[in-house]
Amino acid sequence: MKKETLIRLYRKMLEIRIFEEKVFELYGQNLVPGTIHLYSGEEAVAVGVCTNLRQSDYIVSTHRGHGHCIAKGAKLDKTMAEILGKKTGYCKGKGGSMHIADFSIGMLGATAVVGAGIPIATGAGLSSKLRGSDQVTACFFGDGASNQGTFHEGINLAAIWRLPVLFVCENNLYAMGTRQTQAMLPQDISERSVAYGIPGVSIDGNDVLSVYDAAEEAVKRARGGLGPTLIECKTYRQKGHSRWDPATYRPKGEVEKWLEKDPIIRLEKQLLSNGELSEAKTTRIKREIENAVEDAVKFAVSSPYPAGDEALEDVFA
Amino acid sequence: MKEIAFRDAIREALVEEMKRDETVFLLGEDIGRYWEGAFKVTKGLADEFGDKRVRDTPISESAIIGAAVGAAITGMRPVAEIMFGDLTTLAMDQIVNQAAKIHYMFGGQAKVPLVIRTPFGGGVNIAAHHSQSLQAWFMHAPGLLVAIPSTPYDAKGLLKTAIRGDNPVIFCEHKLLYPEKGLIPEEDYTIPFGLAQTRREGEDVTIVATMFMVGKALEAAKTLEKQTINVEVIDPRTLIPLDKEAIINSVRKTGRLVVVSEGCKTAGVTAEIAALVAEKAIDYLDAPVRRVAEPDTPIPFSPSLEKHVIPDEKAIVEAVKEIA
Repeated sequence: MKKETLIRLYRKMLEIRIFEEKVFELYGQNLVPGTIHLYSGEEAVAVGVCTNLRQSDYIVSTHRGHGHCIAKGAKLDKTMAEILGKKTGYCKGKGGSMHIADFSIGMLGATAVVGAGIPIATGAGLSSKLRGSDQVTACFFGDGASNQGTFHEGINLAAIWRLPVLFVCENNLYAMGTRQTQAMLPQDISERSVAYGIPGVSIDGNDVLSVYDAAEEAVKRARGGLGPTLIECKTYRQKGHSRWDPATYRPKGEVEKWLEKDPIIRLEKQLLSNGELSEAKTTRIKREIENAVEDAVKFAVSSPYPAGDEALEDVFA
Repeated sequence: MKEIAFRDAIREALVEEMKRDETVFLLGEDIGRYWEGAFKVTKGLADEFGDKRVRDTPISESAIIGAAVGAAITGMRPVAEIMFGDLTTLAMDQIVNQAAKIHYMFGGQAKVPLVIRTPFGGGVNIAAHHSQSLQAWFMHAPGLLVAIPSTPYDAKGLLKTAIRGDNPVIFCEHKLLYPEKGLIPEEDYTIPFGLAQTRREGEDVTIVATMFMVGKALEAAKTLEKQTINVEVIDPRTLIPLDKEAIINSVRKTGRLVVVSEGCKTAGVTAEIAALVAEKAIDYLDAPVRRVAEPDTPIPFSPSLEKHVIPDEKAIVEAVKEIA
């Protein structure tokens, strides 16, 4: 892999992590209304997939969507403003953390109904095919969503119509507090691809290079008219389900074990050891991202809240 | 003008819009060349436009609507058919949480030009899972438009408006209306949403009736005329948006209101229209409002039972005479 691609993967993952750490901090200062679902620990999935996409390609996201947005190229300031409920946010404060969208970069929005994005991604794939475009769609969802009926209906439809869609399952082992093993018998969610007659792979979702390679292959298939792929990325949610969740249901030692497999630290170590990154360069990258996030915070905090009666706008197009 | 059946008027709208705009396409269960729609609305369309634009789907209502939503927000104008209105329940998340809310929730960034055609209504003895009238459910989901045509003319004109518009539309078709004939112009026309039609003018009582009940109300009007009660019949044509002004103006004139609609009475279409008049025109009312709707039961199978729950001409006549 080219050096600049490796650095790009590293930088994007770090950008998501530092951005979300700031969101967490602002939450503690009562600046974030409602709740937040942090992506910490899962960054390799969004970044590994989206780095293979063009700006004109689509993604469909979830309630745990900050990482998907940033990986697809969303602006930090408008993302942060939306999370804070400000008028200058991507959705003018109407969506919040769970519903960020940026149609100008093919980010078709985050749905907070688990599994609901799957048939929508199928539809975006259908649209590309009908318009004769070679756009692909990447659909992110969790292990929990793979038990929804929409998973079956949406993937089956994409399969029979050979639609250019990547179904990317972020298996972080828990659907809220329910362990994967309580909710299904197979260990590998990718086995379900057999039922739809499409390729399915299970990969180390904390290794951004594995994700990148799997996505590259799936994008090639999709653009080539060969249809969808199911990619199961085995990863881990380092924090609780939402800001309100202390995650006491996790067995002792599990978090520590997964922290050792942190996708950012892993890539950083690798790049430092083979000389593609220096300590000085990492420090510089971190500082640049911290500055960009700080600017986003300033923009978001200083932006006004929408006026109450703006709630009545945009019900209809 | 030409005479045409309700189902053919719908088909004409589909054909003309598909010819006019290549982003319009159809998807649904058994709408293609092998079955041509459970009610034959899409007859001949797969031959004319090909399987690419007239797409048979598996029995997956949630994916039909979800895929239509995904296509709509990325530049297409899908017209989805749900074989029976009762089965929209299988796609409720996609309709109510996705299609209806995407424009709003994303701050106006995305448009959802999606039409969902589906037949409602009872009267053909197919029991509780194929006879409901769920129009009121969709009135309760801000972001959806709801069309309720009662004539071939309205069906064609409203469907064209629905397809050309940028909002998700629940296009309600009454299964007993499909063979009904009526006159439509030869040339292209559309009908704006939110514009009621006065089907009959009168001074004594206003009847607001929907879909198949419009015909029943007009029959009742003839009976009542013989008894020197002269009713006005208003057909809203769309429930969202609702032509409130037309209803209120008529009530101001007559001072009496009967609302007739299939669908159960509680929190239904008739309840909304009665509440509107109570709020905006109660000073003009000379008598209590009467509502003719289905009792709060599922639709039963046996003809004697079904007949008992679905409003008919007799029930309308009685309701009018109670307040006239």
